[in-house]
Amino acid sequence: MSQSTMTATPTKISLSRVLGPAHVWALGVGIVLVGEYTGWNFSADKGGSLAALIVCWVIGLLYTSVAMIDSEVTSTIAAAGGQYAQAKHIVGPLMAFNVALYMVFAYTMLEVSDAILVGDTIVAKAGTDGLNHNAFLAVTIIGLAWLNYRGVLATLNFNFIITALAYLAIVVLFLSVAPWSQGTVLRLGEMITPANALPYGWIGVIASFHFGIWYFLGIEGTTQAAEEVRSPARALPYGTMAGMITLLIAGAMTWYVCASLMPWEYLGTTYYPLWDAGKLTGSPALENMMFYATLLAAIASANGCVNDAARAWFSLGRDRYLPTWFSAVHPKYRTPYRSIVFLLPIALAFAFISDLNQAITFSILSGVLQYTFMSINIVMFRNRWPLGSIRRGYTHPFHPLPAIVLFILCVITFFAIFLGYGAQLTAMVVFYLVVSIWFHFYRYQYVRRGDQFTMPWPKPKGF
Amino acid sequence: MWIDFSYLCWAVSAVLVAWMLFDWYKTDTSYSEEALTSSREGEIEATSEKHKV
Repeated sequence: MSQSTMTATPTKISLSRVLGPAHVWALGVGIVLVGEYTGWNFSADKGGSLAALIVCWVIGLLYTSVAMIDSEVTSTIAAAGGQYAQAKHIVGPLMAFNVALYMVFAYTMLEVSDAILVGDTIVAKAGTDGLNHNAFLAVTIIGLAWLNYRGVLATLNFNFIITALAYLAIVVLFLSVAPWSQGTVLRLGEMITPANALPYGWIGVIASFHFGIWYFLGIEGTTQAAEEVRSPARALPYGTMAGMITLLIAGAMTWYVCASLMPWEYLGTTYYPLWDAGKLTGSPALENMMFYATLLAAIASANGCVNDAARAWFSLGRDRYLPTWFSAVHPKYRTPYRSIVFLLPIALAFAFISDLNQAITFSILSGVLQYTFMSINIVMFRNRWPLGSIRRGYTHPFHPLPAIVLFILCVITFFAIFLGYGAQLTAMVVFYLVVSIWFHFYRYQYVRRGDQFTMPWPKPKGF
Repeated sequence: MWIDFSYLCWAVSAVLVAWMLFDWYKTDTSYSEEALTSSREGEIEATSEKHKV
């Protein structure tokens, strides 16, 4: 190491505050939109097409609660790590450690699912004997890690463009099938009849919560940008709420087109509901558009996931919950480059060995654990720092109703996951218990306890 | 054609991994560990406020 380089080194190397509300929207919607292109439709397999619509609305309520709660807390605690930093300040270190792991798992497994989708979509389009999807998985995961390594502004500008294109494709498909005129292209009345609307009854509706989560899974990822937006108090609530509104519209359009073109037995098992919808219109232009849009949506999601998983891992290192080595920031690109590169082989390994359903389920499980935490977190936040005691960028209405709704819907979703993937649910809970014991009895001794609470708040009420 | 495209994807992946590893090595040997890990939660970096988008 030369002395001249050392002398030129700035005293502090931090993440750059270069993002605006549009980037926050691109991060949140980018992660989620792939759920319209695949994933949500497996809920039709669990309970029929009508169940898929019911969960779109009910899960929409769950995520609206998530977006409102998240916007209030994160506009107050603007730090990389998002819900991790929230948990650390409001609940305590053990909860924070678990929440960070939920996030790293949720985003990494979602990235894996996205990469598998990219690979499988290209292989399905090519129809070439001997063509394996591994090369496409690899270039997706590695290419996006490289982009994230090079800087957050370019990464989220790229995400904004491809997310907007993928969203526009859904709008164009919707308008192309004359949604105002049933019978021209769409045949909802033939596809959904009183006899097949809910083939497994209301228990099928409950079971469909499992994959219904995919309509909106990942919108809470906007908070990971908290330390890199120019105005957290404005950009985070604005970007998150705008993202949620965008996604509710996209979810409704997607269901309407797909459920009007495919019987529930097919809709519930295909990996490409929107691409198939494009094919079923009989228009080669729409078919090709939906093929490319599927790829763009999957790439946008994986891109956001690389960004978010790395920030969560980086935050753990910065607080010594993991070795501080992970908290390095690149002096030129201002990114958590070691965390990005460290998580790269893990994502690659899972992508090569997992199938799509397994990867999706692990991602959903970690996500729902995180949402359950958020419902408890907001109640503690309001009790310990009531309105008026600290400055909030946004205050969500009707408290504690959103927290209660969120908690109840999370419990129902856990039950739905248990119905289909009980072994994975149990294994994951055991995993989190084991790492919690490791953290409490071993790792926490290395944490500088006073340094981890950074918000200049008054003492919490009752302390 | 698709098989050739998959080989191209492998090649691009290898180049990007090599680039990241090289840059990582160069960065770690050019800056002190203290500087690289100097980021702290809750700090607004003064210089970043001058950044033009």
